[in-house]
Amino acid sequence: MASSRFCEVQQAPPIEVFAVSKAFTDSTNEKKVNLSVGAYRTDEGKPWVLPVVRKVEQELAADNTLNHEYLPILGLEAFSTAAAKMLLGATHPAITGGRVTAVQTLSGTGGLRVAAEFLGRVLKYNTAYHSAPTWGNHNLIFKQAGFTNIAPYRYWDGGKRGLNFDGMIEDLSNAPENSVIILHACAHNPTGVDPTQEQWKKIADVIEKRKLFPLFDSAYQGFASGDLDNDAWAVRYFAERGFEMMGTQSFSKNFGLYNERIGNLMVVVKDTACIVPMKSQLTLLVRGSYSNPPCHGARIVSRVLNDPALFEEWKGCIRTMSGRIIEMRKGLRERLEKLGTPGTWDHITAQIGMFSFTGLTAAQAKHIADKYHIFLLSSGRINMCGITTGNIDHVAEAINDAVCNITN
Amino acid sequence: GSRRKVLLVHRNSKKTAHKINSSWWSGVEMGPPDAILGVTEAFKRDTNPKKMNLGVGAYRDDSGKPFVLPSVRKAEELILSQKLDKEYLPISGNAEFCKKAIGLALGDDHPALTDGLNVTVQGISGTGALRIGSTFLSKFFPGPKTVWLPAPTWGNHVPIFKHVNMDVQQYRYYDPNTCGFNFTGALEDIRKIPENSLIMLHACAHNPTGVDPKDEHWDELSKVIKERKLLPFFDMAYQGFASGDVAKDAYAVRKFLADGHKICLSQSFSKNMGLYGERAGAFSIICNDKDEAARVLSQVKILIRPLYSNPPLHGSRIVATILNTPELHSIWLNDVKGMADRIIAMRSKLKANLEKEGSVRNWAHITEQIGMFCFTGMTPQQVEKLTKEHSVYLTKDGRISVAGIASTNVDYLAHAMHQVTK
Repeated sequence: MASSRFCEVQQAPPIEVFAVSKAFTDSTNEKKVNLSVGAYRTDEGKPWVLPVVRKVEQELAADNTLNHEYLPILGLEAFSTAAAKMLLGATHPAITGGRVTAVQTLSGTGGLRVAAEFLGRVLKYNTAYHSAPTWGNHNLIFKQAGFTNIAPYRYWDGGKRGLNFDGMIEDLSNAPENSVIILHACAHNPTGVDPTQEQWKKIADVIEKRKLFPLFDSAYQGFASGDLDNDAWAVRYFAERGFEMMGTQSFSKNFGLYNERIGNLMVVVKDTACIVPMKSQLTLLVRGSYSNPPCHGARIVSRVLNDPALFEEWKGCIRTMSGRIIEMRKGLRERLEKLGTPGTWDHITAQIGMFSFTGLTAAQAKHIADKYHIFLLSSGRINMCGITTGNIDHVAEAINDAVCNITN
Repeated sequence: GSRRKVLLVHRNSKKTAHKINSSWWSGVEMGPPDAILGVTEAFKRDTNPKKMNLGVGAYRDDSGKPFVLPSVRKAEELILSQKLDKEYLPISGNAEFCKKAIGLALGDDHPALTDGLNVTVQGISGTGALRIGSTFLSKFFPGPKTVWLPAPTWGNHVPIFKHVNMDVQQYRYYDPNTCGFNFTGALEDIRKIPENSLIMLHACAHNPTGVDPKDEHWDELSKVIKERKLLPFFDMAYQGFASGDVAKDAYAVRKFLADGHKICLSQSFSKNMGLYGERAGAFSIICNDKDEAARVLSQVKILIRPLYSNPPLHGSRIVATILNTPELHSIWLNDVKGMADRIIAMRSKLKANLEKEGSVRNWAHITEQIGMFCFTGMTPQQVEKLTKEHSVYLTKDGRISVAGIASTNVDYLAHAMHQVTK
């Protein structure tokens, strides 16, 4: 009897966000609400393909000069250049000084992975810090890229439901030189808590003093406040201060192009002579991983970013999405305060972006799922996009019930 | 404690002095240039109106232009009209695509599929599929962490395995004396591969040589590989594109399965559907039973998530639409046969013209080899002459991309090749 080579392979633990989404899908309750996965929803609770995206797709389809040839290994240059300008601002001294290079990546994840591989395998860094908590995949990415020392820096303060700024500064002050510090450019995932400008300045001070390497994860530019410049303030500030740094960009949320995997890895250098060797090394990393990136998403984003009228139209779409989220935040906080739900709820409107760390415990989250078929993560993270005018009362009621009746 | 901190600070302060003036990147060395890209770049700079680019491996029509398949255009129109959303795919990709892709390789009603023995996930085209495979094997393959590759093989196979810390070894494959398959050499070397090792095989249209084993050769290879208890990992990037017949091109894969091998398989739709830049590919493992398949799938997903979370939809949707829509499927079979036929015709013409030029060399391998590429047998010196004196661009191993030949320049090419080889 033939035995298998793979009979020792164990079942891997499920990834929570997908497991919770599945629980939502499997539920037959007609009032069910999905507050787990990070994708935008309209007030009807539906996915939203941005009108400007549909328009551009039609144009691309009608363009007979286009084909499906390979992109260069480092992607569509027109896209990467425009994306970098969007993040830093077209007139940023780093850009006008030629000290910025950028390559297309497989969305934000892909950008982080290429960055981690470069920092780990080419620069031989082995230590990375991420916020506590952070997006679950940060740790996995750096681990797979060969980092041997991955540690958290304090971030979320459960007591005051905001930023543990002193803890963050202390932990960064103790990080060894050359540590890669993963920073969320805006709309921190999962907490929704961002440092103030004054706090960013002090964070920059520590990073400079300790000779740490800043890596910005920018997955929500425009999506947080509705303003591209506002949401890029921290990245631009660091670049202006003369840091060498990397920034990964995702266009999944702000363009609604989740499944086209369109992202960018931007690098700011001091010496322009480094750019060519660096790109050659990035080329080797990409070639051994997936050869070259997909063109469809890149074409769409490039068209929009490079056409003034389409760009304006797109900015309108971002304001729509961020505006609706801000409305829901206001509405949820109002209802919880009106219900007299124990605790303070101003963090719901102080936080920004898609997610909110409600402060709900795992037990409370479970109760909400079991009784109300409202699905959120055990960390208490909710996706504000899952809330609509149609279900906001139901959600507030569920949270109120859990906080009142389920204690640890 | 604090003494250690002091020592660290002291050591760091020396580094600090150095860091103030240097950049993070000053130690980054220039990577080796890409050989094929180099050829294309030199071609672009050449001002000779008769220049030919026989370097890059993408299909060209008889006017030398990229070819968007009619079935692909139709599929795209259909997809656009459906106004579907852009939500994240699952980590494993587009389920319809995965089902139809492995169905194309094995036959839709293959027992392995109906019994649910396959793990099939979407990959970033063939490269991405291979990388999922190498990553999974580097972690879970119980045998030696070495892959045995044919000599020569596609250049990128090496880094795909080396990046996951696996070793690479070679078994004889190409016979430069015959410009054909070194059957005895291959068998000899494979018989010496340590038991329970991993062996990579090109399913059809071997890249870079164009040399494929005959069916009888595959039968024997299957036996020997079974005797050595090796795990076969098939790279199938040209199904349909080689002979024009999708079943014929899958002979080796299907034979190995019929012989009881539990294979790994990577598929690319870059060439056979002309979807190069859309990155449509699939990685499959045939497992022992459904339970094992579920466990293996769960681990494969864990490896994909830190690479890029989930794959791009556009290309996979086109493939799924074509394979799932009978009308489009038959148009596609026609499209791919058309491409294969044009390449076969160019091979014939090139050989015939060389003979017409008066060449006394044996050029039989031009028509015996199959697929995109042809190992002409020209030496690096002859290649250099071909490029310098005739503006024909190819890689120095003598490989030409037959897809780059058109009826309007096949005479020129034959003439040039004769000049440098007579």
